[in-house]
Amino acid sequence: MITVDGVTRKYGSFTAVDNVSFTAQAGRVTGFLGPNGAGKSTTMRVMVGLTRATSGTVTISGRHYVDLPNPGLDVGVLLDASAQHAGRTGREILTIAQLFMGLPRSRVDEMLEVVSLTPTEASRRVGNYSLGMRQRLGIATALIGDPEVLILDEPANGLDPAGIRWMRDLLRGYADRGGTVLLSSHLLHEIEVIADDIVMIGNGRIVSQGSKTELLHAAGTVVRATDIHELQRALGELGIAATLSEDGALGADADPPLVGKLALEAGIALTELRTADAGLEDLFLQLTADSQREGTPT
Amino acid sequence: MTAIAPDDVRAAAPVRHRVPLSRITQVELRKMFDTRSGFWLLASIAITALVATLAVIVFAPNDELTYSTFVSAIGFPMAVLLPLVAILAVTSEWSQRSGLTTFTLIPHRYRIITAKAISSVIVGVVSVLLAFAIGALGNFLNAAATSATLVWDVSLTEGFYFVFGNVLGLLIGFMLGILIRASAGAVATYFVYSFVLPTIFLVLATNQSWFKDLQPWVDVTYAQGALFAFEGALTGEQWANIAVTGLFWMVIPLAIGLAFVTRAEVK
Repeated sequence: MITVDGVTRKYGSFTAVDNVSFTAQAGRVTGFLGPNGAGKSTTMRVMVGLTRATSGTVTISGRHYVDLPNPGLDVGVLLDASAQHAGRTGREILTIAQLFMGLPRSRVDEMLEVVSLTPTEASRRVGNYSLGMRQRLGIATALIGDPEVLILDEPANGLDPAGIRWMRDLLRGYADRGGTVLLSSHLLHEIEVIADDIVMIGNGRIVSQGSKTELLHAAGTVVRATDIHELQRALGELGIAATLSEDGALGADADPPLVGKLALEAGIALTELRTADAGLEDLFLQLTADSQREGTPT
Repeated sequence: MTAIAPDDVRAAAPVRHRVPLSRITQVELRKMFDTRSGFWLLASIAITALVATLAVIVFAPNDELTYSTFVSAIGFPMAVLLPLVAILAVTSEWSQRSGLTTFTLIPHRYRIITAKAISSVIVGVVSVLLAFAIGALGNFLNAAATSATLVWDVSLTEGFYFVFGNVLGLLIGFMLGILIRASAGAVATYFVYSFVLPTIFLVLATNQSWFKDLQPWVDVTYAQGALFAFEGALTGEQWANIAVTGLFWMVIPLAIGLAFVTRAEVK
């Protein structure tokens, strides 16, 4: 479990991270979502002690990161897959991690197999790796100590569709076995597919957080009916805002079960009923836009 | 994807012990050799030692060849290369950004820095011992080939001075690595330190009489040069010169650099 408590990081008068608090629960994948420059990476660097927080604390399973005697065994970290010495081979980079953690040598080959890097690829220098291969190597470095907690910054970057699918299954499996997974992304779809909980950050501040289901409900419903105007009127009578789009669908500010129930009571036959299509994306853009309009941090 | 699930290969959970400094040092030592640039930099120490030995045999007048001639000749390129080894051991963590992983696996930065200092000194001492060995070989070969008299004119004390001088030079590189934390900048500053400044001080000392007596107290290269002279034991004043210049040119900048390294963000 990762507990972020009131973390603020200032650079002079600029506040990169502003009083961020959230918890990444064990057994769940927590998606850390925000546009570029929102403070995701800074928050993650604060978690592992690479950046000092101006105020606030982060604990991992109740302990500060710097107090972990051998952090690699408790927390797997991937902050930037490109941040490796270009002149080392992939295998050498994994070997360094294995030696630091005091693990058996066989772990290196096991991890190369887990992330599907062939022996030939592993003996090439990282300078010749594609971004996708670097991500795989970085994930192998994060996993080699068999940690309970994973902190991954944009791990899907550069992976091909099959690789993204593979990583999603891997992280899902990790969380299902009781691990804590925190991953950041600006790829909304990726987070929407994999995350159980979502923390959204914009301009250094958390703009929304909660389980994915909760957040998606907040995004509203798209509904079509044989008599769409009658449905709009029926919803309006109950104070549910519903706007008719150009393609004849109704966007209702309520979750699908409620809209369906009201349609049944009003005796209107529905032809389509679902959570708002771009749900998270709309929410994401709307929330981050709001945070930008607010101007100076409070 | 044919990847197997990570739970098939879970490691037996090891007991959590603080990573010992000896292990960190071993890994840092390994990291000095495991890149192409690092490997060739260290290999170049041995290669230039052999080249210098051959050059001495071929070009130097045979009747003047003694053991100290060989050691000095080998020691010159080595004194240039060793600080570079120390610089790159430190700066690569920032310039190549591998520090992101290193300082995450070992979150106490002073432990990594200490390990790097120890491993750099180990490389330095081993290199100088290699210089002594190659120099001895050269001395033997030369005497055998030319039937010149075999002269062993490096005392144990002078040998220690030579080791110490090289370690001090290497630590100047280490200090610059810590202070500047960028390979190009640190290497450039190192050349200013060891070639530009001594030249300026030399010109000053030659032309300004007031500076001549001051030079041993100001010029770190001049002060440490006594360690490479093979002229018997150093005087108390010479030691004092080394201490004073060392304080201003090495210890104080190192302290400033360390203060920044432990606080600075690793990006």
